[in-house]
Amino acid sequence: MSRRYDARTTIFSPEGRLYQVEYAMEAISHASTALGILAKDGLVIAAEKKVASKLLDETQGGEKIYIINDNMICGVAGFTSDANILINYAQTAAQQYLYTYNEDMPCEQLVQKLCDLKQGYTQYGGLRPFGVSFIYGGWDEHFGFQLYHSDPSGNYAGWKATCIGANTASAQGILRQEYKEEGVTLQEAKNLAIKVLSKTMDTTSLGSDKIEFATLEHKDGRVVRRVFNQAEIEALLKENNLLTKTEEAK
Amino acid sequence: MDTLFGITGKDFVITAYDSKAVASITLMKIGEDKSRELNSHALMLFSGEPGDGVHFSEYVERNIKLYGIRNGIELSPRAVASFARRELADSLRSRKPYSVNLLIAGFDVKTNKPALYWLDHLASLADVPFAAHGYGAYYCLSLLDRYHREDITEEEGIKLLDKCIKELRSRMILNMPDFVAKIVNKDGIRLVQLGGN
Repeated sequence: MSRRYDARTTIFSPEGRLYQVEYAMEAISHASTALGILAKDGLVIAAEKKVASKLLDETQGGEKIYIINDNMICGVAGFTSDANILINYAQTAAQQYLYTYNEDMPCEQLVQKLCDLKQGYTQYGGLRPFGVSFIYGGWDEHFGFQLYHSDPSGNYAGWKATCIGANTASAQGILRQEYKEEGVTLQEAKNLAIKVLSKTMDTTSLGSDKIEFATLEHKDGRVVRRVFNQAEIEALLKENNLLTKTEEAK
Repeated sequence: MDTLFGITGKDFVITAYDSKAVASITLMKIGEDKSRELNSHALMLFSGEPGDGVHFSEYVERNIKLYGIRNGIELSPRAVASFARRELADSLRSRKPYSVNLLIAGFDVKTNKPALYWLDHLASLADVPFAAHGYGAYYCLSLLDRYHREDITEEEGIKLLDKCIKELRSRMILNMPDFVAKIVNKDGIRLVQLGGN
């Protein structure tokens, strides 16, 4: 009996909507925030890490920011378990491209590849869509620095600055206000990212344990990825005079 | 026996192939095309088993064109050569491998540099300043080694090719009729007339 309903998870409703996809997007809007800002000389991806319990120990690597290729990093919002599958797929696809062409995969192609997979899950019955949105940041020789966002429906778009997860509306409001028409420098982008996080995070205290931060630059003909460690994030917070606030709160 | 040449210059690659079609010891035709344009800035020359060369190069050509259509960007000469090598390497390990030797000449519009790749039937790929395939290689690589410079002009490149062809005609027992020369540069691919013909 239950198959009758299972198979219907991805069909149109009479109003022409795909409920499962909308539910997936709803799930993402409860997840912790991740944002990306494109600069003239690089890009930033930053994310809020929700600390569930004091007793929770650090795991190897981050949970919000991933490296998917030599020239690409991404931030996720949604189900981490779903994200893991897609990240793995993206990493494999990027390496397959490298294997064939001996060159890094152009950013948009990798995004598109992932979106093709996501789209499949909105159409083939019996499966639920992936409950994750991504922010991808990368560099390629064709279009330089690029920032993309993709959602569970398999739609993607290029952005100058965008945000996924909880408090998207207010974060995007700040980004819209502060992002300069003519573009920003990487330093300005870093500061802006920290500012947006500090204003949209639920917690009053902003600490290095609650943030993940990464930048991507192009230096001497090579892409330089930098995923910040705790000390570096702390330094960044101090630079923006945000750490003192947390110490006061403590 | 087919002969292929490729010479890089400052901002171009000049290539040449003999236009003979032979079957065993008989000359069947003059005017055979032994090249395929893979995209606007990449040219492939082939020699070896006659059917294989056409089949393989057209297979690569169509895949490279499909890539351009699908992605709205063109592959660089290096990516094209790597793709061809991969396909040939996979074929080599199949039941009936392609028996072709290739030269891939291209101009990288991103870096503004010419590129020449030498690829043999065992799928070994080399990035080279000049190259030759076939019996012609035995006679002319020394000439190319002596007279090639990194910064030669198109005229000097054509002259060097003429020198090579003259050497073939005077030393090799086989009759070497018309060579067809093509240049790849920032403007694309074009036919050139060789002086010695």
